[in-house]
Amino acid sequence: MELTRRDVLAALGAAGAAGAVGAGALTLSQRDNTGNPVGDHEVATLVAVAGVVYPSEVEGVETFVREYSVARFADRPEYAAGVADAVAALDEYTRTWHDAAFVGLDANAREETLSGMEVDIADPVPEGDHRERVRYYLVNELLYALFSTPTGGELAGIENPQGHPGGTTSYQRGPQ
Amino acid sequence: MQSNREPSERADVCVVGAGPAGGIVADKLASEGYDVVVLEAGPRFDDDEREQRMERSIRPAHGPHSVWEMGGERDAYASTGDRHYPLNAARVKGVGGSTLHWQGMVMRLHEQDFTLESETGVGTDWPVSYDDLRPYYADAEEELGVAGASDNPFAPPRKQPHPLPAFPPSYSDSLFAEACEAVGVTTHSVPNARLSESRNDRSACVGYGTCQPVCPSGAKYDATIHVEQAEQRGARVVDRAPVQRLEHDDAGERVTAAVYATPDGTEHRQEAREFVLAAGGVENPRLLLLSESEQYPDGLANSSGLVGRYFMDHLFAGAGGTLDEPTRQNHVGFNTTESHQFYDREDDSRGAIKLEFLNYAGPSPLEMALSGDDWGDAMLDRIRDGYGTHVAVGALVEQPPKKENQIRLHPERTDDHGNPVPDVVWSVDDQTRRTIKRANEIQHEILTELGADIQWTVGPDATGPAFHHMGTTRMGDNPETSVVDAQLRTHDLANLTIPSSSVFPTGGAMNPTLTIAALALKAANHVAERI
Repeated sequence: MELTRRDVLAALGAAGAAGAVGAGALTLSQRDNTGNPVGDHEVATLVAVAGVVYPSEVEGVETFVREYSVARFADRPEYAAGVADAVAALDEYTRTWHDAAFVGLDANAREETLSGMEVDIADPVPEGDHRERVRYYLVNELLYALFSTPTGGELAGIENPQGHPGGTTSYQRGPQ
Repeated sequence: MQSNREPSERADVCVVGAGPAGGIVADKLASEGYDVVVLEAGPRFDDDEREQRMERSIRPAHGPHSVWEMGGERDAYASTGDRHYPLNAARVKGVGGSTLHWQGMVMRLHEQDFTLESETGVGTDWPVSYDDLRPYYADAEEELGVAGASDNPFAPPRKQPHPLPAFPPSYSDSLFAEACEAVGVTTHSVPNARLSESRNDRSACVGYGTCQPVCPSGAKYDATIHVEQAEQRGARVVDRAPVQRLEHDDAGERVTAAVYATPDGTEHRQEAREFVLAAGGVENPRLLLLSESEQYPDGLANSSGLVGRYFMDHLFAGAGGTLDEPTRQNHVGFNTTESHQFYDREDDSRGAIKLEFLNYAGPSPLEMALSGDDWGDAMLDRIRDGYGTHVAVGALVEQPPKKENQIRLHPERTDDHGNPVPDVVWSVDDQTRRTIKRANEIQHEILTELGADIQWTVGPDATGPAFHHMGTTRMGDNPETSVVDAQLRTHDLANLTIPSSSVFPTGGAMNPTLTIAALALKAANHVAERI
């Protein structure tokens, strides 16, 4: 199932960042990113984490995460700093086992690393320990973005997922 | 944002509280040209932050109190009754009040609610009848923009249709309708205070699915609408200005000033000709009790000794489970079918029951994704297995007024201004327990007919409050047995009005806000007549 630009806008709407989307301003290169703690490395790490936590049926993940990230963090410096700190924590853990940052691992090693860090069973806590912040700022951030979109909702069997202003007709419809 | 928190030099009316009651009174009186000052304990929230509040309400890291910033020393409370009462989950302090997080269901009370003692021997009669309130109900529906239909055979009589068409039934409503018909339960639409069509500058509902606790689109009514309208008509609203006490004249017959604190730590006195206390069923009695004086040693307007007494809420009863077919839940956050068939009481054996057929039974896929201990394909398999076949029937159940249930001042604990915090003393009586059991029987009968695998039941032991604070400054004709009269004016002080659920002598089982709005419109008329 392909994530589209419509899904990017839906995810940003659910995250209260739709206003940060300027006309044609949906790529890193087109924005003045000076001072934003979420830079190329952080976005690449989010894409890498999405490769683990998103279901394999989802397509267009890299474009979705990149475009979403640019607008999502643009006007929220505190939140962006939390994301950057979580990326640093994930990289620090990764380097204790591999001679590379998280983005430098192959797909299997990425999954093993997140599991080894016990991010899957960690509570999402923005001010918590490393694994809790990775869960909150990276994993749950990405899952919130995906499952508040029409495409993410349809994956799970709901055309109008919570957080998405998908109108008031789908609730009246029976199963298709 | 409000920067000047100095009192107004001249005010006709001082309103305490910027929720639906305060907002409507302020708007009505400002529209008639009166100088109105509204003092609100909480902040003015930024509309542009509503999506972020919605995100906080969905993501599991954030507690429910964080959505509207409740808690801390400002909102400290005690709960010392048989049942714990989670007060700060039950209210919002700020411009808009608890309508910021409410569900938005707006039904008129039934005729029998106003004569309960005469008809069943339970509780007490109201000093006003349904016919007295009927025109105010119609106006309140207009003010709140209620979407409803006249298809409810159990509803009290009405002259005109609701201002907006009802939301159509959900797919799961159609499943329930068949089962209900088979067991002899009649269903009907739900009047909602959310726009089914755009109105003035407000959007129709767009289906965010998070009505409770936040509507990002503004389609759900909240009292910021009336507060902002009041300001456009000249009213002045001072936020973060908690009133500490009310002062009265030497004769003890009139309130002279509301003493309020501001964030810089100073206190101010707002004088006015009339005072309207609209801070809800907990803070209303608390403020009166805090305003004790030599003349009123037990609290202002408390000659009856009943300020804070007869605290009531509605109880939740419910049951749910799964079907072996899709039920299409969690597309929207509001309900579209109810049954009021079991509302009116034949005798004193049980109280009123209002049945609700949920459109948000079971977890949403988004919540499941955020709270699991898996990811990727395993997570998706879990979501697909767990979402989509849930059903649930809820109910609001009436609680009769009991003197021992009360809001009182805690003898030791104080808030951020050194004032005793409210102590909620709350218990559930045998009649209410019987009513909850009866609601469960009806719910099980419907779910069984539907073929549901019933997996949970909220009965008399697991029940909790619906967050409708009522009864603590009860209305009546006799000053010895009530706090305010039929004009919502306190028996003791001639210029103090309380338009609130705190004046409800009995609570019925209908969500209270439409009645609050009707009483606010009535009170505004009476205040205007006096000044």
